[in-house]
Amino acid sequence: MTRLLAMLTARRGRGHLHWTDWASYLHLLIGLLLMFGPVLWLVLSSFKSEAGLVEFPPRLLPYEQARVSVEGYQQPLALFRITAGDMKGRELAEVRRIGLQAQMVDPANPREIIRIPAQDRERVMRLHFALENYGDLTGRFAFGTYLWNSVFITAMATLITLLVNSMAAFALSKYRFSGRDAVFVTILATLMIPPTIILVPNFFIASALGLVNSPWGVIWPGVATPTGVFLLRQYMLTIPDELIDAARMDHASEWRIYWRIVLPLSAPALAVLAIFSVMWRWNEFLWPMIVLNRSETFTLQLALNSFQGELTTSWNYLLAMTVLTLLPVTAIFLLLQRYITQGIASAGVK
Amino acid sequence: MATLQLRRVVKRFHETAVIHGVDLEAAEGEFVVFVGPSGCGKSTLLRMICGLEEVSEGDILIDGVRVNEVPPARRGLAMVFQSYALYPHMSVYQNLSFGLENLRLPRAEIDAKVREAARMLRLDQFLERRPTALSGGQRQRVAIGRAIVREPRIFLFDEPLSNLDAELRVQMRGEIAQLHHRLGTNMIYVTHDQVEAMTMADKIVVLRAGRIEQVGAPLELYNAPANQFVAGFIGSPRMNFLEGTPTAVDGSIGVVVEGIGTIRTDASGEGVTEGARVTLGIRPEHVALGRCGCNDVSFDVAQSEQLGNTTTLFFASPGFAVQVAGQVPARRGEAMSLNLPPDRCHVFDADGKALPRQSKGAAA
Repeated sequence: MTRLLAMLTARRGRGHLHWTDWASYLHLLIGLLLMFGPVLWLVLSSFKSEAGLVEFPPRLLPYEQARVSVEGYQQPLALFRITAGDMKGRELAEVRRIGLQAQMVDPANPREIIRIPAQDRERVMRLHFALENYGDLTGRFAFGTYLWNSVFITAMATLITLLVNSMAAFALSKYRFSGRDAVFVTILATLMIPPTIILVPNFFIASALGLVNSPWGVIWPGVATPTGVFLLRQYMLTIPDELIDAARMDHASEWRIYWRIVLPLSAPALAVLAIFSVMWRWNEFLWPMIVLNRSETFTLQLALNSFQGELTTSWNYLLAMTVLTLLPVTAIFLLLQRYITQGIASAGVK
Repeated sequence: MATLQLRRVVKRFHETAVIHGVDLEAAEGEFVVFVGPSGCGKSTLLRMICGLEEVSEGDILIDGVRVNEVPPARRGLAMVFQSYALYPHMSVYQNLSFGLENLRLPRAEIDAKVREAARMLRLDQFLERRPTALSGGQRQRVAIGRAIVREPRIFLFDEPLSNLDAELRVQMRGEIAQLHHRLGTNMIYVTHDQVEAMTMADKIVVLRAGRIEQVGAPLELYNAPANQFVAGFIGSPRMNFLEGTPTAVDGSIGVVVEGIGTIRTDASGEGVTEGARVTLGIRPEHVALGRCGCNDVSFDVAQSEQLGNTTTLFFASPGFAVQVAGQVPARRGEAMSLNLPPDRCHVFDADGKALPRQSKGAAA
């Protein structure tokens, strides 16, 4: 904690603020606003009610007009503060509005109807977090299904990606065979083919294999990534060959060398690839949209997209769902972040 | 206990031969040291014996059975690597047990063997530690322990002490020698350090550029080097070499060195033609101070190193070193009288081959 404080108050000038301190803190502040502003806006907006979202001018915090239950009225009534006339300063509830006149009632004395000109009052706002935005998601939409689809695809694809890529990287980094470098270069060369170009052939293959509308149709085509092979290979090159020789002398089969020696030692690089893979898979949109057509197979990203109807868009649910969609990736990132710098630095990828 | 034979073993990397037909035999329980300058192929030879490198030509036999195609683990050998190659993510215990687990031995047996090896190497209290939490000497012992638990027929050591500091090196040298004494198993030990070779070996194999230069007991190599390379490699400080032309003196050979005169030796001049180039060699510790009427010379001191128990004097022209016991006062530029005892002089022909000597250089 004290270290954090020391970092946050670090400065160059002694006793006073050097101009570079001003410049760096300004720069950091702008960066913070740019990076976190939209996220904060999104999170706060996701707690606004449908009416609060279209409020103009927009507010940062989720304010909403206060309502009170008044005896004799079934629905809670909206509260207003009177700004002119005899009743100035009083808070009255609106029964109905007719043209420029509003029929108001005093919550303390519900029998008497008071007529007030509509421009002589202002709404009473209060802070209200519309938690129902989140609560309704599970009931009204198949949110659970979408979440499960996304989690399943992300987790499975990441596991398979790690396994397949690390096996390829192990062979390419620790075995000497003719054509090894050619294979490696070929794998890297596929990085130059934009995924959009092979979209159609990929779809044909997926469809021929009967993978359309199945989560596996999303998982399989992307498990072998040149980036992953490259990242892991570069890292595995740093594992001394003597360790593998030693394991060979220790009666270890090649599979055991891979599983017990090489994989555990590649943990930092695997963590980096896991983070990348989770982010790619979780945010993947184009390919799932092509393979998954039935709404029960949708991932969260596809569901989000389908929320934006042609005529109406339920912004409050859309925002709430977006926030939920962000959470898992953020959690994974926080969990594995210490490996990232370490792994990226040692894998020689900048 | 096992015997090891190499028969005309050749190793080629892409047409380039690095081992040129090596023949060697190691008897049961022998401690064999491969020594040579870096790049001489000694590590390659070791890796071929343990099966980590393929043999391009020739045969390797263990206990009389050809093992060229047998995978490393099945040869019944254990190797201690230069970098120790301990598995960094496993505890000492796991490092020691990994090989046994791969053999699918019962857990109780593995445990017994690991604890026995740990006790023998005084690693008992470190069993739960990771290798990174150990000192250099302890890591070295874990590496040896990993070899011991497998109960191999032959131990292979690849420059195991080169990462240790000087003091620890001397200590571990003693421990390995003791281990050999206790286990009685064959050991093949690769080093570039001739002191390690001299102190530990039953038999030294001197290698240069993929060829065996000489095989023999340590003192054999010291007293009767077969050629100029071995003479220069074994012994510290290095043997002095003076170039000259041969001349016959009383049935043996003398060497006429320009600017010094004729140095008499007890080497026979057989097969040496008059006028050929020969090289005279004498070890710094065999040069005597003062005059004795035979092979007397006088050089100017360029530098002296006083170690207390010995004094090493260096002379600039010709490049020459002398090591004498005790403390000898010597000033830079001072002329010093020396004599070169003929029975201590080695003579090498133009190809570097040693000429046969009458005294065989036995310690006087």
